[in-house]
Amino acid sequence: MKAVVQSAVPVDFHGVTNLLTYPLFNGNKGVNSCCGVRDMLKIEGLTVEINGKRVLNEINLEIKKGELLVLFGPNGSGKTSLLMTIMGFPRYKVVKGRIIFKDQDITHLPVYERAKMGIGISFQRPPTITGLKTGDLVKLCAHGKKIDMERLAEEINFSHLLDRDVNDGLSGGEIKRSELLQLMAQEPDLILLDEPESGVDLENIALIGETIKKLMGRAPTKPITCRSLKEEKAERKKSGLIITHTGHILRYVPADKGRILYKGKMCVGGNPFEILEQISKYGYQECIRCLNGNSI
Amino acid sequence: MSEREFNLTALPKKEKQRLAEAGIEADFTKREGTFIQEDLEVVHCKVEQEGLELLSTQEALQKHDWLKDYLWQCMSPDKDEYTKAVKEGPFNGYFIRALPGVKNLKPIQAALLIATSGFVQNVHNIIIVEEGAELHIITGCLTTPHISKGVHLGVTEVYIKKGGKLHFTMIHRWGKDVIVRPRTAVKVEEDGQFISNYITLGEVKSVQMFPVVRLKGKRAVAQLQSVLVAPPGSQLDVGGEVICGAPQARAEIISRAMTTGGQIISRGRLVGEVGGVKGHLECKGLILKNGFIHAIPELVAKTDAVELSHEAAVGKIAQEEIEYLMARGLDEEEATSVIVRGFLEADIEGLPAALQKKLDEVIEETSKDLL
Repeated sequence: MKAVVQSAVPVDFHGVTNLLTYPLFNGNKGVNSCCGVRDMLKIEGLTVEINGKRVLNEINLEIKKGELLVLFGPNGSGKTSLLMTIMGFPRYKVVKGRIIFKDQDITHLPVYERAKMGIGISFQRPPTITGLKTGDLVKLCAHGKKIDMERLAEEINFSHLLDRDVNDGLSGGEIKRSELLQLMAQEPDLILLDEPESGVDLENIALIGETIKKLMGRAPTKPITCRSLKEEKAERKKSGLIITHTGHILRYVPADKGRILYKGKMCVGGNPFEILEQISKYGYQECIRCLNGNSI
Repeated sequence: MSEREFNLTALPKKEKQRLAEAGIEADFTKREGTFIQEDLEVVHCKVEQEGLELLSTQEALQKHDWLKDYLWQCMSPDKDEYTKAVKEGPFNGYFIRALPGVKNLKPIQAALLIATSGFVQNVHNIIIVEEGAELHIITGCLTTPHISKGVHLGVTEVYIKKGGKLHFTMIHRWGKDVIVRPRTAVKVEEDGQFISNYITLGEVKSVQMFPVVRLKGKRAVAQLQSVLVAPPGSQLDVGGEVICGAPQARAEIISRAMTTGGQIISRGRLVGEVGGVKGHLECKGLILKNGFIHAIPELVAKTDAVELSHEAAVGKIAQEEIEYLMARGLDEEEATSVIVRGFLEADIEGLPAALQKKLDEVIEETSKDLL
């Protein structure tokens, strides 16, 4: 398939009026137009079933190169199902639509092929694997790349747990850190994060937020005065999709845009902070109105 | 001391490989002593370190009059038809003794080899760890590569005196029609320790064994660990019992059983006879292909103030675990292999580095064959 060059216009935003007042959005247009950014992920009309039951309906979604999208939605709305489908778990059966990753149709590729192409996922409740040390799994995640395991583990405060069996007896925060450590070794281009803040205490949410920024290549490597925000954005190559139920992680991770998934359907999109504010004030009422009136 | 020497390094590659798979090192300098018995004949028997005795059981009985006081003291020859057969039939085996305070660094290795098709090998081993001594024994029981049929009846009596420690590793590598009936009994005195690893990863027709360890002295410790793989056509009825008969005695039985088509009965029995003892039994089974696993964990408390616990779990590899690893870029075969390896090696502790490496290699080969 040939590369698809997108226009400079950001994806559709509904119901958001003051988008450009948020600093992270300033200059987006310029960045896109000068770099000719392609979509990292493009989902077209995706309909998914689990054991014959529909869980996702006609989903359309785009995540551009360097972009971090946050997906809101109440429990049971299909957020995790969407992540699992993007990752390719066979239980999630695509009955319609396509998933395009880095310009390739991956709709029917097995999970490990997608991982090798550059999709990485942080699970919300990963399984325990008896007898496999976390450190050994981190090495496997690197797939032969040379990694400085000690430094990576130190960065995420996991050094003392490297000899522990994978996810065995770990606290909520430790599980999240283990997941991120594996992603640090894997270095995916598209990072899927399923509620990275759930079960994590405040102190560790900050650490997790910092790590996500590093994974996205957004942690400053040189003093900020050396380059403009525009330049910095132009250098962003990694993309991310974060699921959040509470929105707490937004305090630490600068998301570029937000969408809401409600009852398996994608509805409003726009500035993530405003969406969060709306949800905090009015719950998901707006989604019901949106779905009834303006299907996306 | 009688010393016979046999050059293992001169053996054909296939035979050396098979011995290595049973934990027997061809380079004898890596061992404190080596004993090799082919059918009933002892072909090599040599020990290097002072304070260690290594003899065939027949020679030891001739040399040490007092050894009669140890013979059949841990178990009765009338225990079953197999112990009777060993008592009555022609037998050999090894006698290993560590004199008081001897602490050797390298293991002693003993190979019990069936080299004649259909041979019935009767073995009677006696191990004595005197006060404060420490001993590590690796016993490899095997058939030569071209032999598929045979019977191995092995009586092993172990005496661990006050403060003594025995690390006993037994690795089986049999032909597909071999019947194996080891009978092991152990007595552990005050502050003594018995750590046993039993490993069988390859083909065999039938193994039935249930070593009994009696912790007779205060603070005595027993740890029985087994790693079992049952290929199609094999029957493994394997377990062990620890009787905690003195205050502060501690026991642990850990079993990892995996079938790729064979049948496994995985037993474990902990008995608390007096107060203040602790024991834990863990029995985990994995059905990789068609097969059968019956886990039988038993706890017997004869008084209050004993702490005995067990956990048992049998099932197939969780698809969730495979998919988790696949999400990290491992294909299904690689993911399965990693999980099998982890399952078999979990919690098997205390193996010396060299043997751990050997075990790793054997497990890796076995995992590859399974997929």
